[in-house]
Amino acid sequence: MNEPTITQEIIAAHNLTREEHDQVVAILGREPTYTELGIFSVMWSEHCSYKSSKVHLQTLPTSGAAVLQGPGENAGVVDLGDGLAAVFKVESHNHPSFIEPYQGAATGVGGIIRDIFTMGARPIALLDSLRFGPLADARNRYLMGGVVAGISGYGNAVGVPTVGGEVCFAECYSGNPLVNVLCLGIAPVDKLFYGRAGGIGNPVFYVGAKTGRDGIHGATMASETFDEKSEERRPTVQVGDPFREKLLIEACLELMRTDALVGIQDMGAAGLTCSSCEMASRGGTGVEIDVRLVPRREEGMTPYEVMLSESQERMLLVAREGAERIVQEIFARYDLDAVVVGRVTADGLMRVRDGTRVMAEIPVKGLVANAPVYRRPALRPAWQDEVQYLDLHHIPLPRDCGEVLLRLLASPTIACKATVWERYDHMLFLNTVVGPGADAVVLRLKGTERGIALAMDGNGRYVFLDPRVGGMIAVAEAARNVVTSGAEPVAITNCLNFGDPTRPEIMWQFAEAVRGMAEACRALQTPVTGGNVSFYNETMGQAIFPTPIVGMLGILAHIDHATTPGWKGAGDVVVLLGQTREELGGSEYLKVCHGLIQGRPPTIDLDFERRVLQCCLEAIRAGFVRSAHDCSDGGLAVALAESCISDPERHIGVEVSLSETGRPDALLFGEGQSRILLSLREADLGRLEAIALRHGVPVTILGRTGGSRFLCTGRTFTINLPVAALDQAWRGSLPTLLRQG
Amino acid sequence: MIRAKVYVTLKKGVLDPQGETVRGALETLGFAGVKDVRVGKFMVVTLNEVSREEASRRVDQMCKKLLANPVIEDYRFELEEG
Amino acid sequence: MRFGIIVFPGSNCELDCQWVLEKVLGQQADLIWHTEKELKDYDCLILPGGFAHGDYLRTGAIARFSPVMKAVERYAEDGGLILGICNGFQVLCEAGLLPGALLRNTSLAFICRHVHVRVENTATPFTTACRPGQVLRVPINHNEGRYYADPETLRQLNEKGQVIFRYATAGGETTDGANPNGSLDNIAGICNERRNVLGLMPHPERAAESLLGSTSGLLLFESIVRSGRAASPMFR
Repeated sequence: MNEPTITQEIIAAHNLTREEHDQVVAILGREPTYTELGIFSVMWSEHCSYKSSKVHLQTLPTSGAAVLQGPGENAGVVDLGDGLAAVFKVESHNHPSFIEPYQGAATGVGGIIRDIFTMGARPIALLDSLRFGPLADARNRYLMGGVVAGISGYGNAVGVPTVGGEVCFAECYSGNPLVNVLCLGIAPVDKLFYGRAGGIGNPVFYVGAKTGRDGIHGATMASETFDEKSEERRPTVQVGDPFREKLLIEACLELMRTDALVGIQDMGAAGLTCSSCEMASRGGTGVEIDVRLVPRREEGMTPYEVMLSESQERMLLVAREGAERIVQEIFARYDLDAVVVGRVTADGLMRVRDGTRVMAEIPVKGLVANAPVYRRPALRPAWQDEVQYLDLHHIPLPRDCGEVLLRLLASPTIACKATVWERYDHMLFLNTVVGPGADAVVLRLKGTERGIALAMDGNGRYVFLDPRVGGMIAVAEAARNVVTSGAEPVAITNCLNFGDPTRPEIMWQFAEAVRGMAEACRALQTPVTGGNVSFYNETMGQAIFPTPIVGMLGILAHIDHATTPGWKGAGDVVVLLGQTREELGGSEYLKVCHGLIQGRPPTIDLDFERRVLQCCLEAIRAGFVRSAHDCSDGGLAVALAESCISDPERHIGVEVSLSETGRPDALLFGEGQSRILLSLREADLGRLEAIALRHGVPVTILGRTGGSRFLCTGRTFTINLPVAALDQAWRGSLPTLLRQG
Repeated sequence: MIRAKVYVTLKKGVLDPQGETVRGALETLGFAGVKDVRVGKFMVVTLNEVSREEASRRVDQMCKKLLANPVIEDYRFELEEG
Repeated sequence: MRFGIIVFPGSNCELDCQWVLEKVLGQQADLIWHTEKELKDYDCLILPGGFAHGDYLRTGAIARFSPVMKAVERYAEDGGLILGICNGFQVLCEAGLLPGALLRNTSLAFICRHVHVRVENTATPFTTACRPGQVLRVPINHNEGRYYADPETLRQLNEKGQVIFRYATAGGETTDGANPNGSLDNIAGICNERRNVLGLMPHPERAAESLLGSTSGLLLFESIVRSGRAASPMFR
């Protein structure tokens, strides 16, 4: 079979610039073959090489006492004590989900699960952070329906519970939904595995499903913006098979209990190409593969296609020489292919053969370590000042604050998401102590007294209005959600969703957001253990809000510390930790009630945030905190309301008064940071005040729980509503919005 | 080679919410006069070198044993040669 | 007691059942891979939840032909106790060990949440620890849980006291609103005529520890342990 001759058109179609092509020629010392060009193209795509983001990502803190593995492996690893490790990572599947929402989301779930069990961990939890355009548009309802069904269909069947996450809505996500999936696994610390090809002469195994033409150039697709033609590209979308993946999980975990395995990696983006050369790169070795030996589903596939296919549910592994039978027997038990397709070599080359014919021969170092790195121009856009400008004098005061509260509770970003997460198995493995819908998910850690908390957060609107502050808040809010659930924040994984990095304003947003996240991670001592960058989230030149999603992992010293937002009984005292300021910029209130995405996001003082978190955690650990809830979207009023209604089987009212002066809307609905709502028995108030005093955190007594009404009074306003009305607005909204049309 | 086209449908009287949803959607799209929609499964089973009679017998058994559940489903099939 | 938990490719609740039986109830529980042909010395078999063979074609349709199922059928014929949970219930129906079938939820959506079921018959080895009419709070987790049987079968089930659980309100009323999936007569679980094989859609193993929000599912396992002890000579 003859490969096409390389022309300028073919080079351009592979998204390689002229400079990049010159670099390829320099590395090889000759023109690349067609297969080689395909390999360079995917390996140097933004998705695989991080060429535009690398210089910025290097500024993030990545080490800490508990971090066992930082970025650069399949996933990050954190020490949980008692010989156990948490393996976790978040990844995006935005572009595939826009083209085919069900399969896009499903294969996103499948991909991140493989990243976790390749490290030797049993995957025990999934969380998703989703962004869609407004549900008034039928297309957005279709996208959301497909994504949720895909997560449900794949996640449930593969047998990994989807325990939480978040869903938000804004116009900018209409043409670019975000689907970020986080997976957590638990592994014994002394049985972690890495994606390294070691031991010259060791066999390289291909295991899992067969190879078809699916997703060829998926990685390059994720590195382009969308245009009208994107929808025609459906054939490149991969189809997931959760049943096959379930078998793959069990087979790999079983193999890991033997001594046969040397290294293992998922065939994700750029399939066989990426997995083999990354394993060789980490191992400091070479790899030789014969594509003729690769199990195939379709006839007439070329070496180029076999190397670049993104068929799902496949892994590459290196076994100890002589242990071939062990591998084959285990995989046969699960009806999965396990074929030796090559060997680890000493020459540092990635050699692809088709039988006896050499189709590609590339120095691994040149392909991986010497991939292009760009410090792309970054420029603060001229419109930044304009969007930051907010004169509150021009914002009319609400006539009826109760009506505003009901509108906010019904706003899809704030409204109850039960209709989404009831479609996910969120209870499997019997770990879910606090499930979806609370500030964070709390899982027990079997065999210990401890627990794990996980939260995902990232307010794109804040980042749009001020990327640096927005980046800080993304980290701080995630930490706060973990703390209000009873856990100490330990480390994060992040997924950075941005527009086209070749545009200076996008690059500025990216650089600033990363800078803010780095500052917050340092201040809160939560290093970054890995993650993913998704650029080119643009349609017809319109970028999404810059949306860095933070996945925060926390540890509960004792599972009994697990705390939830809902009131626990009548007569408890309701207090606020932190301080309320007159801040309305970037709020959900301005958007929902005034149609404005305007102003500066709330200010954040990271030192103060740290003290508030320490105070809250100390109080929870002292055992007297009955409920804890972060004040975020919709401000204090929404936080109070949610505490009344979050438990569907137990509604409890509240009576509070706010003594502050200032605009009632800012007091009630402003989204000032570093604020936590607590309830406790009156007798324990002194204990809380003593702790708060030690941390220098102001405590304000707001009122008391009880009754069946939500009563909130201030100097110039009163909200007096039956709790049932709040519940109806909050719980009824999303099902109604999804049913329309 | 014989190809059997197997159609599996829910028995009459067994509620088919998916069919009902499709009917509603067709109505919304302006297709008037759709009385009922039933959603079923369509399978193509390709058999090696057997007689038509033998194929018919075997496919019928496949349907009875695995491809359809007689508690809730009906089936029928067509054979095609070539 | 010695429990055997049958594991099909794609099952996923086997470890949870094992956890509850061993850690919560102090019983022995072995996992049995679907290719086993002999079942020896078990006092009760459990067919756990999950997606056996991916639930491809129909839920339970392929699993029911797994090599182990011949032995399961013999075990049932000999009067051994068999509990099918969720996917396990679907497999038992496909295998003909229980009458009827489980169809797609009327909402066409997968549902995972706590529901209430009313105990309809306490005179079975699976419900002796329950009070008649007792309401249990247990989670469901399925896409195909709508129980269906033809009118004659349904009449017999009702007549012979084979309906063991019905979806109900917290107060024990079997209303339409309390029926999460459109099951006929709010049926959540049934047994065979001989009362040694029970299938139910809710997951009792997910309601066995107060840390996880409910302990009422424990009653099923406790009933089995109690009956098993009383009747143990009849099992090999």
